Amino acid sequence: MTNIIIETSKYLMILLIACYTLFNFRFFAFSDEERKQVMCSRQIQAMFLIHLLAYLIIYLKTEDIRTVFFYLAQVVFFLTYLFLYRVFYRNVSRLLVNNACMLLCVGFIMLTRISFDRAVRQFMIVVISAVITWIVPYIMDHVWQLSRGAWGYAGIGLAFLLVVWAVGNTTFGAQLSLEIGGISFQPSEFVKITFVFFVAAMFYRSTDFKTVVITTAVAAAHVLILVASTDLGSALLLFLVYVFMLFIATSNWFYLGGGLAAGAAAASLAYTLFPHVQTRVEAWLNPWIYIDDKGYQITQALFAMGTGGWFGMGLYQGMPYRIPVVEKDFIFAAVSEEMGGIFALCVLLVCAGCFLQFMMIAGKLQAVFFKLIAFGLGVGYIVQVILNVGGVIKFIPSTGITLPFVSYGGSSILSTFLLFNIIQGLYILKRNEEDAYEKS
Amino acid sequence: MKKADPNPNANRNIMIITYVILGIFVAMIGYFGYFLQVESENVINNSYNARLDSFADRIVRGSILSSDGQVLAATEVAEDGTETRVYPFANTFAHVVGHSTKGKTGLESQANFYLLSSHANLVQQVINEISNRKNPGDNLVTTLDAALQQTAYEALGDRRGAVVALEPDTGKILAMVSKPDYDPNPASLDASWESLVSADNTQGQLLNRASQGLYPPGSVFKIVTALEAIEENPEHYLDYQFDCSGILYVDDYSIRCYHSTAHGSQNLAQAFANSCNGAFANLGLSLNLDKMHALAGRLLFNSSLPLPMEYSKSTYNMDGSADEWEILQTSIGQGTTQVTPMHIAMITSAIANGGTLMKPYLMDQVQNVAGEEVKKFLPEAYGSLMTAEEAEKLNDLMALVVTEGTGSALRDASYQAAGKTGSAEFETGKETHAWFTGYAPAEDPQIVVTVIVEEGGSGGSAAAPVARKLFDQYLLP
Repeated sequence: MTNIIIETSKYLMILLIACYTLFNFRFFAFSDEERKQVMCSRQIQAMFLIHLLAYLIIYLKTEDIRTVFFYLAQVVFFLTYLFLYRVFYRNVSRLLVNNACMLLCVGFIMLTRISFDRAVRQFMIVVISAVITWIVPYIMDHVWQLSRGAWGYAGIGLAFLLVVWAVGNTTFGAQLSLEIGGISFQPSEFVKITFVFFVAAMFYRSTDFKTVVITTAVAAAHVLILVASTDLGSALLLFLVYVFMLFIATSNWFYLGGGLAAGAAAASLAYTLFPHVQTRVEAWLNPWIYIDDKGYQITQALFAMGTGGWFGMGLYQGMPYRIPVVEKDFIFAAVSEEMGGIFALCVLLVCAGCFLQFMMIAGKLQAVFFKLIAFGLGVGYIVQVILNVGGVIKFIPSTGITLPFVSYGGSSILSTFLLFNIIQGLYILKRNEEDAYEKS
Repeated sequence: MKKADPNPNANRNIMIITYVILGIFVAMIGYFGYFLQVESENVINNSYNARLDSFADRIVRGSILSSDGQVLAATEVAEDGTETRVYPFANTFAHVVGHSTKGKTGLESQANFYLLSSHANLVQQVINEISNRKNPGDNLVTTLDAALQQTAYEALGDRRGAVVALEPDTGKILAMVSKPDYDPNPASLDASWESLVSADNTQGQLLNRASQGLYPPGSVFKIVTALEAIEENPEHYLDYQFDCSGILYVDDYSIRCYHSTAHGSQNLAQAFANSCNGAFANLGLSLNLDKMHALAGRLLFNSSLPLPMEYSKSTYNMDGSADEWEILQTSIGQGTTQVTPMHIAMITSAIANGGTLMKPYLMDQVQNVAGEEVKKFLPEAYGSLMTAEEAEKLNDLMALVVTEGTGSALRDASYQAAGKTGSAEFETGKETHAWFTGYAPAEDPQIVVTVIVEEGGSGGSAAAPVARKLFDQYLLP
């Protein structure tokens, strides 16, 4: 009987997330505010239904009463977060808040299924991050000097990266994390944000050739330290963010073309220099001949997604735990395996929806500094999604980067919260301005 | 913060970048969809995919059937729910169907995913779920001809060796026998397992000699040498003349014909029909060895075969740097060249099919428990191994083997067969391996048969009669 419930719920959840995704894009299609609000409310209903069904299955399968309390705690958190955000910030982008909650919800479901303890840890990190970053839009609105700290941002970013490079632990061939008082901390997750602020602050001042050269040099320093620490995913991410921000700031096609060409040249150089890069490329080109070692992770992920197919195996019917570090970099494969390819595809579309919203906000902002920040963070977000998912499905070589809001990991969660709330802050700022204009 | 936008194009450019990135995103989603829809099936049916084993908790493994519906493997469920895999033909299909209790081999491994998937009636499936019964898995219909397989199995008798039969215009594998064999039924497999995998076991019963056994090709390789001669001299290859005295002396080396028979004056067609070693060794000395190496590559030596099963790669080493001895040896199929019977069958099948190789396959279709088709596998061409004219010329040479040469065992058949015999030396003092590869009818080939009998003596007397039994069985009413 449990199997029937699991089977039926599986299809229901797919239907619900498809509706959720549809509402996400219908939102963009409507121009009047009221219908947009209706879409957002329906999204929340769909999300809570998915959440309920998933935890029903989890309880039926584990018969562990703790999962019920855990579920209730999450419901309280989501309700409070959705409600308080709107009360405190009148002009909030509900779509972004909803999408953040939806992605977190998918992450909680998958993590609980894989490891209850990790899911609880993740939940605690989410609550703390939500509380800390809740204040960010307020700061954005009240601190006016953000654009003056270019060298401060660069200094913090470079210092973080250098420390990691110097003393970092080795995790899977890349030095990524620092241990401070027993808490492992991954600075590159935060450097993504300071980096965008640095570039935006520099180009806000000027886009003359001299500034471009200086900024490029500092940006290159960031990327090179990351390459030296063999954190190639983050290096690639910062590089792309920089080239695109440079292009938007200057509108100079030569910078874009030259930058991308230089990047391609650097990538091929990195391929010849670092065995670590070669390993990843070989494992991407033909993982089947390395199925026992370097191709193991990707082939297990392909087995997971392939066996799951479009509709998935159903929660607890697959073997996501067979994929190494499934809860972090390969969470997408677990979602696809058990909740279905369609479900995973909808998660991707929700991410694309966030990106679209980010770009629309960037387009609406008039202040160059803010425009560049919204653009830079938005591009950084989507590039990270593409690097992560592309790596999991063998679209591109795996770079070892997390899926924002879904993957397990404290630094990733906190930095994604920061990112969403900074853009949220910019949106609120803009809407407040428009309100003030209408009143006057 | 009210600094005016110095860059009026910024928004347009943001839009461009957004579209470009969304384009990449859509491409990624497209790839994901392609993977799930098309590629996944080939990917997941892998022995490293532990997920398939868990399917067995909810599904009763389906049956494997011959092309005419005879059961080759089935799961019997006792009243207490115990499942037993049964192989009614026991040893006869051991290698090709494989076994599923001590690891999975053969079709049991290749079709694992289909056998453990259920496309039974949906209502039935729900009822089974509710009543906590397992669903019946899908059945696999193979290309195997049960009667032909039995004929081949009996014809080989208790000799070691292998037989492969293909349908040349589709690539269907009609029969595949390897000896010595074993009984895949779980009870006897359990009992004999220790001796089968023991380090002292020199029999290699578990090895599928048809696709994994590597042998010197002997005179069967003269097909390749002849093809090289045809390619180098398409108009006048038949003009080649050689006077055979039973032993060819070149410098310090000597090449003997089988039993040192003196064939006398031979042109290329006669030398091929009589399998004259001297003539072909001498022919080899005049050939362009680098071109011949390329030809061997085109015929899939030293490369992967388009074959959906475990197999060994054939090897061919001779190139322009070869010395005289290597040339003499390699031209008559001795030396370091190694082939599998399946590979020889594939080359023969290409000749029979106007030069085009059809990929050999065993899985014809997947049916649900009610016999409705779930998936059909269609014949696929691998490509052209030689031109149609070259295939035609080889066909003439091979027909002559039967009418005038070493293929005398097939001479009085009511159909015209074409083929090549071989007697491959592999160890001094031991009897040669007997080869035959051929097809029939020569004018419209319907079946290709390749036979090897280990230490069987001459191909004409040991292997060709086995092939004849298969031809008779398949072609005669």
